[in-house]
Amino acid sequence: MKKKIANWGNYPVVISEEQSFTLEEEARASLEGMDSVIGRGNGRCYGDASLGDTTFGTLKFDKVLSFDRGQGIFTCESGITLDQILKIIVPSGWFLPVTPGTKFITVGGAVASDVHGKNHHVDGAFSNHVVSMDILVASGKVLTCSGSLLPDLFEATCGGMGLTGLILRVSFRLKKIESSYIRQKQIKATNLDHVLSLFEQYRHYTYSVAWIDCLKKGNHFGRSILILGEHATRSELSPSQTRDPLKLPRQTQFVFPFTMPSFVLNPITVKAFNFLVYNKNFMPEMDSVVSYEPFFYPLDSFLHWNRAYGKAGFVQYQFVLPFESKTALIEIMTKISDQGMGSFLTVLKTFGPQQSIISFPMEGYTLAMDFPVRRGLFAFLDQLDRIVLEHGGRIYLSKDARMSPEVFWNSYRDADRFMEIVRRYNPEYKFRSMQSDRLLLTKI
Amino acid sequence: MPSALILGASSDMALAIARTFGAGGYDLILCGRKVSRLAPMQSDLEIRFGVRAFLAEFDAEDPGSHQAFYDSLGQRPDVAICVMGFMPGEKPAEQDWKTVERTILVNYTGAVSILNLIAADFASIGKGTIVGISSVAGLRGRQSNYIYGSAKAGFLTYLSGLRNRLYPMGIHVVTVLPGFVRTRMTENLPLPPLLTAEPAEVGKAVFQAVKQKKNLIYVRWFWRWIMLLIRLIPESRFKKMKL
Repeated sequence: MKKKIANWGNYPVVISEEQSFTLEEEARASLEGMDSVIGRGNGRCYGDASLGDTTFGTLKFDKVLSFDRGQGIFTCESGITLDQILKIIVPSGWFLPVTPGTKFITVGGAVASDVHGKNHHVDGAFSNHVVSMDILVASGKVLTCSGSLLPDLFEATCGGMGLTGLILRVSFRLKKIESSYIRQKQIKATNLDHVLSLFEQYRHYTYSVAWIDCLKKGNHFGRSILILGEHATRSELSPSQTRDPLKLPRQTQFVFPFTMPSFVLNPITVKAFNFLVYNKNFMPEMDSVVSYEPFFYPLDSFLHWNRAYGKAGFVQYQFVLPFESKTALIEIMTKISDQGMGSFLTVLKTFGPQQSIISFPMEGYTLAMDFPVRRGLFAFLDQLDRIVLEHGGRIYLSKDARMSPEVFWNSYRDADRFMEIVRRYNPEYKFRSMQSDRLLLTKI
Repeated sequence: MPSALILGASSDMALAIARTFGAGGYDLILCGRKVSRLAPMQSDLEIRFGVRAFLAEFDAEDPGSHQAFYDSLGQRPDVAICVMGFMPGEKPAEQDWKTVERTILVNYTGAVSILNLIAADFASIGKGTIVGISSVAGLRGRQSNYIYGSAKAGFLTYLSGLRNRLYPMGIHVVTVLPGFVRTRMTENLPLPPLLTAEPAEVGKAVFQAVKQKKNLIYVRWFWRWIMLLIRLIPESRFKKMKL
């Protein structure tokens, strides 16, 4: 049945036919009669990556196939969400090797976007932990691939936005933990230079991310709070935490009840919000032991927080720049501050090196922010794109809804090689999305 | 550990029910045709909930095989849940006798056949709960869905009689009228969101009904009142309506 769908940014909204399946044979049978389709999990990418005339909804394809509690290897169907996986693995002393800022994404989505977390500089992206996967390719065959088996398919599927085929099953390595708690350190940084030097100073921390105030000018330009974390050992827990060291966090959920009118978000409210966030930390440095939930997923307790951006929706803009391009980072932040376009949550983080052909992460700084869709925004973002491009950076496809094909092809240097592999497994572009059409990846 | 037998385990509703009982600590016996397809569901239930899950080949459309099927289980479940259903597709069922026959066989004859055997077995030890998934479509025949509706109506009446007969023996029977549920069976129907339950809600409702010994449940509460209104419409009026 045709219905209106959109991803997390509520932009764009399209009419699409969603086909769900519970068994592999159902997916194979449906694929036969389809001209074009794209896999779609929980719709938590922001832009148009998992949108198309027809989508393969994977949420009913969500079975756990095996869990080796000794070795920490987890194998599942692609439609299971990280939220469900955590409930299974944490009580056994295991954690996700890499997690993005929401647990409401599917494993298939984690691979297709090759998601990164606060530990990228130490542990790499999600694909770094994948042992093997099964892909339903355009011919109707199901192929198993890994680093050594059909490595081309494996490599082009990680971060490949679903263009090689439908990801059916994934086997990946988990991370051993002693407790479900995080030993957290928060440090206030007075400006951008300060926070960048703190990132350097604390780079041995497994998890690091900074919330940054994009609207502040002058001496306090780029003031931020650096948040660092390590999985807490048992000896670091308080007596009450020690009683059940692998306890699952309680789920408190607040549902954002309505779509907020767009005018509520303006430079004044954003400034006030930033003031509160920055000043809620009285001390320059704060240490605590907290549950993994608020540390990794602070926004997950607000269901539908995307409604705060109004009916027109929003885009999230995330780019990465090489470390040597600090001036470009400053240039972009200055433009945002001058335009008063700052978003509620702007997040800065460092990436470690990553070898891949189409995945987003590369060594450098990454900045992510939300912008409500309004007149002039796309022209403004085009200006930022140019700076990113000139300095050898690129833009995250999972957040993108508007980048031009020129920017894409000039910033993803291996895109040709990527498409060569895609054509091996998807020669007629049966698997294609609005995004791949927009970026001229799948235009015949 | 208590155990639950799920007849017709491959549907979305069956999975949701199995997961709720698994979370409640029940071992599960998953029954259906070509049951090896359900191996992923078996591992899923075992890993998520630390219970045991078994697969058993069962063909609702072949009543002659039911005794052998039930004997082969090798264990007596505490709860038997009859989930299987067959709703004919877009083409009106009455044009094709095979489809009509199959609708009656899966939704009524097959269900009665297997539940008769289970009821007799439960009666022999004076213990057990039987759950039957009927349908609100069984409460009044509508032109769009009356073959399915009449088979479900027969099943509804059967469950009521069974409950009456087994009550003195200490065996409880639950009738479930789910209303609209978002499953593969209804994927291509335009369903009103407020009236449409998620499969997980059905799972929870069935589990609660078994625990609390409810006789007849609807999943979303307003269905009780909607169906009451629909049944109050005089037949002289009803026959002219396009439903």
